[in-house]
Amino acid sequence: MITAERKPLEELIEFVRPFKRILLVGCNECVTVCSAGGRKEVGLLASGLKMALLQSGNTIEIREHTLERQCDPEYIDELLPMIDGVDAVMSMACGCGVQEVARRYKNMPVFPAVNTKFMGASERPGVWAERCQGCGNCLLGVTGGICPIARCSKRLMNGPCGGSVTGKCEISQDVDCAWQLIWDRLKELGLEDQYLKIIPAKDWRTAGGGGPRKIIREDLTA
Amino acid sequence: MKTESKLEKVFASGNLAVTSECGPPRGSLPNHVREKGKYLEGVVDAINVTDNQTAMVRMSSLAASVLLKQEGLNPLLQMVTRDRNRLAMQADIIGAYALGIDTMLCLSGDHTQFGDHPMAANVHDIDSIQLIQMVKAMRDEGKFQGGADIKGPPKMFIGAAANPFADPFELRVLRLAKKIAAGADFIQTQCIFNVDKFEKWMEQVRAHGLHKKCYIMAGVTPMKSVGAGRYMKNKVPGMDVPQELVDRMGAVPKEKQPEEGIAICVETIERLKKIEGVAGFHIMAIDWEEKVKEIVDRAGLLPRPQV
Amino acid sequence: MENFEPVIVAFCCHYCAYTAADMAGSQRLTYPANIKIIRVPCSGKVDAIHIIKAFEKGADGVYVAGCLDGDCHFKNGNNRASRRVEYVQKYLDEIGIGGERLEMVKMSAGMGYLFAKIASEMTEKIRKLGPSPVRPLTVQASQPTAS
Repeated sequence: MITAERKPLEELIEFVRPFKRILLVGCNECVTVCSAGGRKEVGLLASGLKMALLQSGNTIEIREHTLERQCDPEYIDELLPMIDGVDAVMSMACGCGVQEVARRYKNMPVFPAVNTKFMGASERPGVWAERCQGCGNCLLGVTGGICPIARCSKRLMNGPCGGSVTGKCEISQDVDCAWQLIWDRLKELGLEDQYLKIIPAKDWRTAGGGGPRKIIREDLTA
Repeated sequence: MKTESKLEKVFASGNLAVTSECGPPRGSLPNHVREKGKYLEGVVDAINVTDNQTAMVRMSSLAASVLLKQEGLNPLLQMVTRDRNRLAMQADIIGAYALGIDTMLCLSGDHTQFGDHPMAANVHDIDSIQLIQMVKAMRDEGKFQGGADIKGPPKMFIGAAANPFADPFELRVLRLAKKIAAGADFIQTQCIFNVDKFEKWMEQVRAHGLHKKCYIMAGVTPMKSVGAGRYMKNKVPGMDVPQELVDRMGAVPKEKQPEEGIAICVETIERLKKIEGVAGFHIMAIDWEEKVKEIVDRAGLLPRPQV
Repeated sequence: MENFEPVIVAFCCHYCAYTAADMAGSQRLTYPANIKIIRVPCSGKVDAIHIIKAFEKGADGVYVAGCLDGDCHFKNGNNRASRRVEYVQKYLDEIGIGGERLEMVKMSAGMGYLFAKIASEMTEKIRKLGPSPVRPLTVQASQPTAS
């Protein structure tokens, strides 16, 4: 999923301070799963903003709405009846959702309420960790199902650096050495020889080095 | 011979090679480099010039290498993949060669978190093994990464690093094999304090026949004090300093510790000389360049061969 | 604010604090009438939004009362509640209400005296802190305006 974290309230207060009426929009996808911008967080933020602003004598009306998905135009149309009469929109979706709302409602200031972090998995309740950087040319088939690009601090594609100690990365005891994980798994699978194959320098165009990326499926385009 | 590198010639002559290093200054004073270099004149075959070591901004490795070259010394250009993408690296490689630098060391570099620019992007367009491949293709095929021909390919003698003490231990020799397969001509190892463990590593190196495919230089570092020993033991990831060496340093009075550190270093070299497959020594005397001559001398490695 | 009477919402677990409140009553232990008890099936059921809404609707203080460590009917709802309370305390600091107006307490069903004691202490504490900085405003803001 795409993970996110709410921005500091102070920053959000400054976004909305000039406005009398805003629409706070959550998203029922990734940000709901990582407890950053779902229906519940929309409620919490709306209350928090109202109370924080009240202390400086400002009252603000906050309309709350959580879309099924904020990165698809069909769902964003749903906001139309609510957007009438508000001065600004604050989105609790990832950066994709924020931009889609901005694209659809051209005259409306749109603010992000969360910092979009990374594509990750839930390691255990309350903990999300980065797993994929969307490089566009997946290496997992030759690295034992563990990504060295997302999980090695130096993005090394051909093995551990000299700082790997007892399975941990040199940057922190809280970070597993990706290459230790890869090696352990290759051994378990009896694929040690795979390690000896040199992974050549990567073509980063698929990772975004060639400008904003796009997928076009001709069979599905309207 | 693949190159005109003096280091390659020393190896080829069958002599034990000796290198040391010079960390460029954190400023633009050229004399600093020249002074450090002076201590190493006639003492070593090549001088490693570090590239933003410990992820701190320093005078560029290329500029400092040229300063040494101007003094008649033989620089060994270090290059890390942390700070530049492949365009910048290739540009520096041909530039370095044009300025008479023919030996280099390919590294990934310390993570920025360890330096004073933790906010900087870690580039890592390519990794150290891919850098070795790139330099080799530039030299042997005369090609840039993009496929175009190089007018006047840089004939670089290609070095790489190896750490026999990091984990996973069983991968350490395989990683060396990978670096050699990628095109490394010589290897400089991490500082060796635990000679027993290094011997085990070398056993595996020989079992894979890797010592025949590339020159392996054993890295050594003299400890300046018991504190330095403890720091390396506890704080530097991937360093293996046995407790008995720290104790030995601690057993002598503070003013005698530098002397003891040098004695340990010389003894280490003597032990390493006996290990089959060791082709030379890389002496990393960090900010202690003035002592390298004494170490090399006491280890019986002077005078340096004229090649 | 001489005669300030704080409004305090206590989310009480059915298996401990709520019963303890009953016990306090039957033992004729007095505790301040400022405490508004909300019975919950487990302290772990209390969500951040419940706590925040309590403040928004005019509470000057809130506490969540759960079972003693290891005694939760649902294994570890009480410990989850503790962590959630810590999280909301930080949010209250951000809002400007102050995390000290929220507390987590733990007791067993038999501790009527502790329930009464905590109720009194919490009331005293909030009385000293004064009204919630958003209370008069929320009350005012929720007044219907002439249109």
